[in-house]
Amino acid sequence: MMRRAIQIAGPSFPVSQRPRPNAMRHTARQVWGFVFRDYHLTRRYMSWVVVFTFYAVVNSATIALIGVAARDYQLTLTLAIGVVLWGFLSTLFNEISNSISYERWEGTLEYTFMAPVSRLVHLFGVGLFATFYSIVRMAIILGGLMLFLDLNLKGANLAGFLIVLLVGSLAFIGLGVMAACLPVFSPERGAEATNIMQGTLLLVSGIYYPVEILPRWLQPFAALSPATYVLSASRKLFGIGNEASTPEHLAGASLSAVIPELLVLTLMGIILIPLGLWIFSLVEAWAKRTGKLKRTG
Amino acid sequence: MSIKAIEVRNLRKVFRKRFGFFKSEAKEEVALRDVSFEVALGETYGLLGPNGSGKSTLIRVLSTLLRPDGGEVRILGHRLPEGEREVRRQIGRISVDAAFYKKLSARENLLYSAYLYGLRPDFAERRALAILEQLGMESRKFSVPLEEMSRGMQQKIAITRALLVNPPLLLLDEPTTGLDPKSRRDVQSFLEELRRREGTTILLTTHDMAEAERLCARIGFLAHGRLAAEGTAAALKAQSGAATLEDAFLAFSGEGLRDMPVQEEEVEEV
Repeated sequence: MMRRAIQIAGPSFPVSQRPRPNAMRHTARQVWGFVFRDYHLTRRYMSWVVVFTFYAVVNSATIALIGVAARDYQLTLTLAIGVVLWGFLSTLFNEISNSISYERWEGTLEYTFMAPVSRLVHLFGVGLFATFYSIVRMAIILGGLMLFLDLNLKGANLAGFLIVLLVGSLAFIGLGVMAACLPVFSPERGAEATNIMQGTLLLVSGIYYPVEILPRWLQPFAALSPATYVLSASRKLFGIGNEASTPEHLAGASLSAVIPELLVLTLMGIILIPLGLWIFSLVEAWAKRTGKLKRTG
Repeated sequence: MSIKAIEVRNLRKVFRKRFGFFKSEAKEEVALRDVSFEVALGETYGLLGPNGSGKSTLIRVLSTLLRPDGGEVRILGHRLPEGEREVRRQIGRISVDAAFYKKLSARENLLYSAYLYGLRPDFAERRALAILEQLGMESRKFSVPLEEMSRGMQQKIAITRALLVNPPLLLLDEPTTGLDPKSRRDVQSFLEELRRREGTTILLTTHDMAEAERLCARIGFLAHGRLAAEGTAAALKAQSGAATLEDAFLAFSGEGLRDMPVQEEEVEEV
């Protein structure tokens, strides 16, 4: 039998002797790899994305309509901003924290961990897509709410709101990275613990109410949640609680009015992202000692 | 002293399985016991052993996915775990289960992998198509989701993924298990050509005696986590006085290759 020669495109000399690619370009491609993967996975699961987004829009509307029923414009706006923000933050948290679960279920985790990619680059790529996806989903929920509510956002500081969202995302990415460790221990128990974490954040952050109405023993936890500061700043930027606000024109605060919240959120991001990466590295080392990177489910 | 592709000295790996109401009790299962062997650059080395003998654990240690409890491992001169970043650039691994995002197409799965290794997408796509063609796969299958592909086709995609970066060392964990005879022959021919033309070092675990004899310059017998014997197929048969490799394995290890003393899946769950 005549053998066919292998004619594979590309260099055949050992990897160690190949010229190193431009480090920046190399890293950018690695980051893009995670965005590329998550984009195509989202595309392939589009029917589920549509179903979950539809549910989120309807759920948001049912919450915000409580304010309409009470004929209280400020309450309607408080609830609407709450559902939109929680939609953004919870999606961001979920996308990052579940990224490891998905990989364990698919059995691809070992291949991702075998690739010459630092965990910082890995989780930055996952976080980048999650942020983009969460913003798109938030815009859809906001658009959907407009169909149910007579919301007039004239006078709101929308640019400031976007800045608060992006700064607040850093802290949520850090929390998401910490939660992403949990499925390494056990995909099922990890998912359960992640939901408890998310529920606790929802409870203590005052998404639909001021944190002052929480039982006194719970209130210190509100100070630890980044969502508390995102909410507080956003309410100011939309003029909620400002007596000068009217249904026709909101008295949104300037960005300088929310500098204290921005500083706390920045500090949380600076602490939580490296802390999340450090915890992740410890869990990864533990998983490599105990053989926990294998496919499960 | 020349660099070896793989140097393993007294490698030991133990898994602890916890049980009891509060998981307060622990039972130790030794997966690898003082395993030592070397593989030269460009050599194809086969590891034979029944399920649970430690083959996959050994491949995982060499792939930087498991940390040993004792001993020393060097891959292409880099000591593990210190040199794992460099080692990851230079190894490709194919496991018995082709692990992919099943909803994604072959192209999307391979490009994702290529990006992680910093490859240009146009280069990676050309290379992937060239490899798949050599493996006898039609290019129109490139855009088909993995879930719609047969196991044989998925395994060919897995081989392509491992070869995208043209690694000097390939770690193959039962790459032809479950394949039909035609696909098995395609893969075996491809591996022979790869070693001949590219000088790729291959570590292969298999249950298939004929495959081991055809592809491997040397073979190691792994039983209960211990390397019972190693040598060329002819030498192993001659030393044991056996007519076949399977009989030789029985003679050296005291058990058949189809015995299943400990399920590795079971051992690794802690």
